[in-house]
Amino acid sequence: MKKIMTGNEAIARGAYEAGCTVAAAYPGTPSTEILENIALYKDIYAEWAPNEKVAVEVAAGASIAGARALSAMKHVGLNVAADPLFTMAYEGVNGGFVIVTADDPGMHSSQNEQDNRLYAPHAKVAMLEPSDSQECKDFIKEAFDISERFDTVVLFRITTRIAHSKSIVELGERKEVKVKEYKKDVKKYVMIPAHAREKHVEVEERLKRLQEYSNTTHLNRIEWGDTKIGIITSGISYQYAKEVFKDKASYLKLGFTYPLPDRLIREFASKVEKLYIIEENEPYIETFVKSLGIDCIGKELIPICGELNPDIIRKALLKDSKKEIYKIDVKIPNRPPVLCPGCPHRGIFYAMSKYKDIIATGDIGCYTLGMMPPLNVTDTVIDMGAGFSAAIGFEKAFKMANKKGKIFGIVGDSTFFHSGITGLIDAVYNKSNVVLVVLDNSITAMTGHQENPGTGRTLKGDISPVIDIKEIVKACGVKEENIRVVDPYKLDETEKAVKDAYNSEETFVIITKRECALLKDVIKKRAGRYVRVNHEKCRKCKLCLKVGCPAVFVKDDNLVINKDMCNGCTLCLQVCPFNAIEKVGEWND
Amino acid sequence: MTKSLLFVGVGGQGIILASKILTEGLVKFGYDVKMSEVHGMAQRGGSVTTQVRFGEKVYSPLIGEGEADVIVAFEKIEAARWINYLKKGGILVINDYEIYPQPVLIGQETYPHDIIEKIKEKVENVVVFNAAEVAERLGNIKTQNIVLLGALIKALGIESLDWESVIRENLPEKMHDINIKALKEGMNLGAV
Repeated sequence: MKKIMTGNEAIARGAYEAGCTVAAAYPGTPSTEILENIALYKDIYAEWAPNEKVAVEVAAGASIAGARALSAMKHVGLNVAADPLFTMAYEGVNGGFVIVTADDPGMHSSQNEQDNRLYAPHAKVAMLEPSDSQECKDFIKEAFDISERFDTVVLFRITTRIAHSKSIVELGERKEVKVKEYKKDVKKYVMIPAHAREKHVEVEERLKRLQEYSNTTHLNRIEWGDTKIGIITSGISYQYAKEVFKDKASYLKLGFTYPLPDRLIREFASKVEKLYIIEENEPYIETFVKSLGIDCIGKELIPICGELNPDIIRKALLKDSKKEIYKIDVKIPNRPPVLCPGCPHRGIFYAMSKYKDIIATGDIGCYTLGMMPPLNVTDTVIDMGAGFSAAIGFEKAFKMANKKGKIFGIVGDSTFFHSGITGLIDAVYNKSNVVLVVLDNSITAMTGHQENPGTGRTLKGDISPVIDIKEIVKACGVKEENIRVVDPYKLDETEKAVKDAYNSEETFVIITKRECALLKDVIKKRAGRYVRVNHEKCRKCKLCLKVGCPAVFVKDDNLVINKDMCNGCTLCLQVCPFNAIEKVGEWND
Repeated sequence: MTKSLLFVGVGGQGIILASKILTEGLVKFGYDVKMSEVHGMAQRGGSVTTQVRFGEKVYSPLIGEGEADVIVAFEKIEAARWINYLKKGGILVINDYEIYPQPVLIGQETYPHDIIEKIKEKVENVVVFNAAEVAERLGNIKTQNIVLLGALIKALGIESLDWESVIRENLPEKMHDINIKALKEGMNLGAV
């Protein structure tokens, strides 16, 4: 049966067909749908872990226990999980163990453009790179086999265009793979220095065997065409190269990309006149080819920064830019992402925006958008968890230098569970006079509504205990009088909490509690509610625009509220000094 | 011959669903198909694009400048934003519908209301109609994406295929009738 699937759906299907038994991940674009789709197969246990390190360790435990296990994450997630990756490279596997890393060339939704292919040689694990959805499915099965055959973790590297592009996949059946017998083996699974020293030697031996495999596997193949031009490529870049050169070039298409196939590369290079390396971001293949003493052209013509496409390759290598295109001379306004109408994060950002000396260390989530005008709240975004911990450093530095300013650290609920708690503990332990804000909308929203430990439901849809953020905050030692839990739709109480926090001289925590406005149940419940402007009362002071809601705007010199977009959060109504905004529709509470 | 098309618009307009229905249909009718979408940062309100390519054998899921046979813009200024992707002689389908971006809402930038006239000065094949109005007349503004899909199918010249069955296979039953009507309205409006 043929089906059109995204790469992520195909990876999930591949895991199912390969007899995978345990899968764990933390959501992150562009990897999120892998676990969402794996969760649909009842033969696989699948979970959202609180962070990527936990996810990889869950999968590592399952692998050692004998099950085929998979973990998936976005590229920066592998930084979080790098610790178990590097040591599992030594321990190896029992059941096959595959880690999917979804890189984001072009940074469609990421804070950096790191090329995780470089992790494979660094951690010394095998690596596969599919170039379409069919290969996503097929290669996952290969990856499990390779993992067990060579006793290695396999890094499965995809990019946004593989993850989120659809192409046709031929489906297969699930191969039942029994959970293998677990035998206690401390030399293999307890990495004390004495064992690790022996293991490192084994790892080096294993790499030699993997390189031999790389030279002979069907995953690396030559497609002969015109031999004037030879192209070595992998992943999505292969598709772009084929699009541009078709049969006017020969290709060494690499699917197994660590270790790279030295002999195969030499053979290919010796038979073509000019050798191009076409790859996104880092010169990973190019550096290796050059280390073999082979002359090739890569990053001197193809950009390191950003995502590739056929056009860029055409311009870089064929100097082909004659194409006629349409242009118009009109300034087109930008359309940056914004906090949604009715977003519960808006209230506290609005309350904070009134204090000019608040410095806000932000974090990764929808609420990064608090930085956008007119709210302009958020001074830093680094990585998951830094919303809290960078706040502490900021506060300490200011204190040492006798500088004025109040530091607010901001994280979402999912980020709090991911890596906010350690920052919170640090703030209490080291007596930091910061305000730590948890924006609790009960879901991992930005990646498209994934459950988290505060949701009360698992990835599989089962009811589970709600981990209470306030109780954690208390247990970490924040005094009860320094904790506020507020409804961010209620501006009065939110402003009061910000004021109390601003004036506090101890670690202070604000938890804003209100479900994401886009949750299906919330949309249903609020469907009939909206507010409108009473034009007789409106004095056009435009204070309502300061909340930065996309539903509130000026049209023909009048303030207007788009009723289809409005969900009746009433923030604009609460800031209006002339009571010119009125509730309309059905309000039951 | 590989055909390339681009859907552009604003998050929340149903672009991803429209492209999904299109690609499912193209697969059903025997084409090799690739589709690419990008999930941006914001759930709603940001620019959204999807690209679809189909033919006998398709390699790249991405198209470059000047390569789209048809662009369907779900919002006026998005048509202008992506116009450099239209192939010379290609067809531009524009939903005569405005969604103000945040910089316009807060008065930092101005919305060019006359953008369609400006586009028509340059582009030969422009199809303009208000799909939201059509959808509202049919009884559900959310079907504007299917009206636009109908126009696209017409512009591509593949309207003789059995698209009704594709709608039936990909949408819940209670949505069939209204969406089939929306598709037909779109096909009628899609002629250049």
